[in-house]
Amino acid sequence: MMNKEEYKFTFSRRNFLKTSVLASGGIIIGFNLLTACKPNATPSIDIENLNFNDFNAFIKISDEGYVTIYSPNPEIGQGVKTAMPMIIAEELDVEWNKVYVAQGKYNKKEYQRQVAGGSQSIRFGWDALRQTGATTRQMLVNAAATKWGVDASTCKTSKGIITNLKGETLNYGEVVKQAALLEVPEKVVLKNPSEYTIIGTNATNVDLDKIVTGKPLFGLDFKAVGMQYVSVLRPPAFGQKLVTFDDSQAKIVNGVSEVIKFGDKVAVLASNTWAAMKGKKALKATWKADQKLESTNDHNIILTNILDSKDADVRREDGDVNKAFLEADTVLERTYHSPFLPHNCLEPMNFFANVTAEKVHLVGPIQTPQWTAGRVAKLLDRKEDEVELEMTRMGGGFGRRLYGDFALEAAEVSSLAKKPVQVVFSREDDMTDGIYRPSIKYRITASIKNNKITGYHLKEAAINGNMYGLIPHFFPAGCIPNYKVSSGNYKSTITTGAWRAPYTNFLAFAEQSFFDELASELNQDAVQLRIDLLQNVKETKDKNIQYSGKRMEDTIRLAAEKGGWGNAKEGVFQGFSAYYSHNTHVAELAEVELKNGLPVVKKVIAAVDCGILVNPTGAINQVQGGVIDGIGHAMYGDLTFTDGKPSNKNFDTYRLIRMNETPQVEVHFVKNELSPTGLGEPGLPPAGGAVANAIFKAVGKRIYKQPFIHQIEKDKIVG
Amino acid sequence: MPNYTLNINGSSHTFSADKDTPLLWVLRDELNMVGTKFGCGIAQCGACTVHLDGVAMRSCQLEVSMLENEEITTIEGLSEEGNHPLQEAWREVDVPQCGYCQAGQIMTAASFLKENASPSKEEIRQAMHGNLCRCASYNRIEKAVAIAAKKMS
Repeated sequence: MMNKEEYKFTFSRRNFLKTSVLASGGIIIGFNLLTACKPNATPSIDIENLNFNDFNAFIKISDEGYVTIYSPNPEIGQGVKTAMPMIIAEELDVEWNKVYVAQGKYNKKEYQRQVAGGSQSIRFGWDALRQTGATTRQMLVNAAATKWGVDASTCKTSKGIITNLKGETLNYGEVVKQAALLEVPEKVVLKNPSEYTIIGTNATNVDLDKIVTGKPLFGLDFKAVGMQYVSVLRPPAFGQKLVTFDDSQAKIVNGVSEVIKFGDKVAVLASNTWAAMKGKKALKATWKADQKLESTNDHNIILTNILDSKDADVRREDGDVNKAFLEADTVLERTYHSPFLPHNCLEPMNFFANVTAEKVHLVGPIQTPQWTAGRVAKLLDRKEDEVELEMTRMGGGFGRRLYGDFALEAAEVSSLAKKPVQVVFSREDDMTDGIYRPSIKYRITASIKNNKITGYHLKEAAINGNMYGLIPHFFPAGCIPNYKVSSGNYKSTITTGAWRAPYTNFLAFAEQSFFDELASELNQDAVQLRIDLLQNVKETKDKNIQYSGKRMEDTIRLAAEKGGWGNAKEGVFQGFSAYYSHNTHVAELAEVELKNGLPVVKKVIAAVDCGILVNPTGAINQVQGGVIDGIGHAMYGDLTFTDGKPSNKNFDTYRLIRMNETPQVEVHFVKNELSPTGLGEPGLPPAGGAVANAIFKAVGKRIYKQPFIHQIEKDKIVG
Repeated sequence: MPNYTLNINGSSHTFSADKDTPLLWVLRDELNMVGTKFGCGIAQCGACTVHLDGVAMRSCQLEVSMLENEEITTIEGLSEEGNHPLQEAWREVDVPQCGYCQAGQIMTAASFLKENASPSKEEIRQAMHGNLCRCASYNRIEKAVAIAAKKMS
């Protein structure tokens, strides 16, 4: 075959492959997906002496030719449990409908990360998954060729069947046992994308049947003999500590078996969830502040002070922005504000633990099994290999399930009660004991001289942390000669963390709204302005700049073309936004109409460059979800604090977007044969900006603050 | 604790529970029918939707003591083979992302389509607005309900 991509492993084949004949028939191939997914990783243990349980992912091929792929990565709704096995199945050259996918366990001896986060599973998995499939296929072909006494290179495969030049056939099941005894080949040939039969086709969610028929799948669905349900009373405000508690009323609730204090928390154990929750409500506790009890009003002043102060960490600096500002014809400066946001996974936080003398057994929804198992071992003073952790499907993650606090609580309560327990957060617990998207302010200043943007300064004031990694080098870094990014932060008692597309989920709105205003100031078309600027970064040699001027331009052009930019129908107002994050380029065109004087988002046209499309149906679902999630939180998301207490506890007052408020999202992909990147996050960041820019066209007012709804209602057009 | 006998998915189930226990927790903790999900506990998210005599209700608000003469249907009993036109439409459209809310969505839609066999797009959007999908698979839910409606009529 011409143009095939020959892959020679850059590290020992045994880094990730071990084969064995199963007593029950068929073979199993173990591979270390996460090591294999990080090509530069150096294994720290003796690969030659590994046992099967040292691997974290497996392919099993039965004597009948059925293939089972155990996927190690946690599934939070991002679709990797479907897409990752598709890539293996493609190179293995089997029929997708003969592949069964199962969730692998966390492997305690694993030496690389086993994480769902950052939209990286497909990007990192691409090479390794293909190599694994192709290597396995080659071993099966070699076994068949030996049996026939022919040269393996003359054999072909298709749909799990090997054919030789004479037209004789053997299916994979007929040669699996011989294949398992062969040497693992050092070199394999990967398919050319034009030969793909699985990648690029629609594969529905592998758990679809179980989901639509209500089978147990999620953390809360897990049960064990003798398990007690646990509701935990935690400090009602950030900065408070427990002083006293009275459990007399809790203990008389039917079903309550025990009340246990641990740290500043009180656990109520019961034979059912309802009794545990009732028991918790019956607890009487007193609290005292041992740290400052913070309020949103304080945060607003503090963040503004940070923006106004001269001190800041400079994260990137090109040229001299101050000089550009001094010499400018015009300087435009705008400040953007975002509130805290809870994650609100629809499945509230929960975890099962059974701590016994033999082991610590943990089961539940977790994005970071390895980190969590290690922290539980440390908390209980146990060896890490005594911790067994099983991952369930997750009823949403969005970053909240990175933190594992709920698993630590379950482990501690089980250890104290000497019983198997499941800690269950109520919705109120989930919303008020959060690890929130922090409140942030951005100030963007730009200078214009001779109708050109000459300087750009982005300043971030954030709570607890700042934009990480390469974010300071995203657009418009490299496009504007004098460019600076600086940041400062304030340490708060309110716990904060990653929330779907951390930092960029709001930064993109600020920046893309600002560019819309810059375009007006320059009297230029908003889309053309972005395209013109991108020309400046196309030849960059700067390794920190990972977004591509060309790919971004193509993506912008696709969205503008599909959405009919500039040709809106009467009564339709268009807004544009484009953003690169998590290695994927996205552009979005929002259409807003006025209804009873209020702007309503009717449609969004999204264009995406994520390289090769592994599973189109899954990819479209991720982008549609990301866009609507982005719009929903930009429009309505708002969590404030008064004296350390969150203002909302449940969905009666905390507003999430609902179907009747949802636009239709049309998704288009830039077609190319570049390695695929992830989609769990990148669809979200541009959405807020596209909508804010369309609302400006509709009502003539700029929005600088999330949630938009406050200003939208204030600016209602009467008449 | 008193004993109750409930008619769920065509068979009778006897158990003991406090009289104020919501049906949701009886289903999940006592009867091991975990398809009905807990999301908010205050009838705002729809994850716990079941049918009482064919009508969609929030099981987190239904006290067990009130239900002895009712015919209760959960996602497990919506169809014998898991092939209700809505379940089939959900497969066809590949609706779920995380999947947690979907049983509740299907139960709400099933009750709605009994009332309105050929709904407009706007009627579907209004009927389904009480069910949250945090992954925002709303476009596909809307499409699947429309497909099922067409197949059923």
